Amino acid sequence: MPEKFTIEDLKSILRECAGEDEGVDLDSHILDTEFEELGYESLAIFETTSRIEREYGISLGDDALNEASTPRALLDIVNARLLSVA
Amino acid sequence: MTPSAVVTGIGVTAPNGLGTKDYWAATLDGTSGIGRLTRFDPSGYPAQLAGEVPGFVAKEHLPSRLLPQTDHMTRLALVTADWALADAGVKPDQLDGYDMSVVTASSAGGFEFGERELQALWSKGSKYVSAYQSFAWFYAVNTGQISIRNGMQGPSAALVSDHAGGLDAIGQARRQIRKGTPLAVTGGVDGSLSSYGWISHLSSGQISTATDPDRAYLPFDASASGYVPGEGGALFVLEDEAAARQRGAEIYGRIAGYASTFDPRPGTGRPPALKRAITLALDDAGVTPGDVDVVFADAVAVPELDRQEADAINEVFGPRGVPVTAPKTMTGRLYAGAAPLDVAAALLAIRDSVLPPTVHSDPYPDYQLDLVTGTRGGPVRTALVVARGHGGFNSAVVVRSAR
Repeated sequence: MPEKFTIEDLKSILRECAGEDEGVDLDSHILDTEFEELGYESLAIFETTSRIEREYGISLGDDALNEASTPRALLDIVNARLLSVA
Repeated sequence: MTPSAVVTGIGVTAPNGLGTKDYWAATLDGTSGIGRLTRFDPSGYPAQLAGEVPGFVAKEHLPSRLLPQTDHMTRLALVTADWALADAGVKPDQLDGYDMSVVTASSAGGFEFGERELQALWSKGSKYVSAYQSFAWFYAVNTGQISIRNGMQGPSAALVSDHAGGLDAIGQARRQIRKGTPLAVTGGVDGSLSSYGWISHLSSGQISTATDPDRAYLPFDASASGYVPGEGGALFVLEDEAAARQRGAEIYGRIAGYASTFDPRPGTGRPPALKRAITLALDDAGVTPGDVDVVFADAVAVPELDRQEADAINEVFGPRGVPVTAPKTMTGRLYAGAAPLDVAAALLAIRDSVLPPTVHSDPYPDYQLDLVTGTRGGPVRTALVVARGHGGFNSAVVVRSAR
């Protein structure tokens, strides 16, 4: 069980399952940038959260999709879930 | 006066050439792109030949955002559309989105993508299915993705009528131009060369099981034994002629006539409706059979269907009354992409005053066709493109020089 889900983990999943917008640098400070501004629509986030669920063996539920509008918010939700499972 | 619709840009991805230039050079040279399937192992299947588009590396042409959400044939379509727009000298971001339509044809949607995700569903569970499956395997996906990529918000559509679909799309795009949309991207890029797609093709009973690429697809030949499926096609920038001339665009030709008909129900004894599609399209273009310089045939290479097509052509033009060609003998039949590729060939034939050949076929004399078996020179002002779809679809387009 991984201890913590980091921004690096998220970036690698985003790149793999949704790609990277040409006008966006995921390696810049993106923690508080809205996913929409990063070029990811709801379907990309849906794909990303289901990949996280599969890889980490957790269930995020619809709330994750609705509430996580930035990388930081999504990291918080995933890490809270990892803690509660551990 | 009804606005006239002209082609100002051509994009091609074909089994015998990636891009218009390569395709046309290979076609005039008689070079075929048919070979043994490489996209999956065809060993266990009765048919093993196909026309695959060579040298296409999607990431060299498309942003990474688009790759996880697109089937192979959609990637081909997006790049083909880019090339058509560049050829026309059109920059979509400088135009009003509502002034641009997208009308494409499809026969199976993103079959390879769908196959992969269905495998994931049944072997691992629903959590393993891509969210992009929600649209990536749809018939309308190419129209949608081209629309999004280029900001084209005008009246758009997807047509599904098997091999006839590519012409039906062009007919519908012309309708939008006549109703006042200045520009449309239209045609078809298709393909489903995956194992599941292959089974679907085989179920038609019309696929050649020959193993020699030079003997596999022989339309209008006494040895005809079915066709070879392929992938790819062509997309066009269609514009209102007055607007195109005003901006000084180079014009390949005019979509002068279009018609589609549907065959009578089997068993009624009534004749197939292909001839009527041809005469209606000629009437629509305001031309007589004598004006037509070449016919691009549907060329299924199934004896009964070749006979019906030869009869329809001969009833309109007279025996050996018009040169008939099937450059698709070098690509295989591309489903919704087939007829648009023929329209591209027709436009290039007009530009270069040359008739592209039908390769490998030895014309069966009984059909009484003047089959173009070697590249032939001569002025081409008017070309007829014919296409039929499984289940009774017939469509015809008349392309004319706009000079």
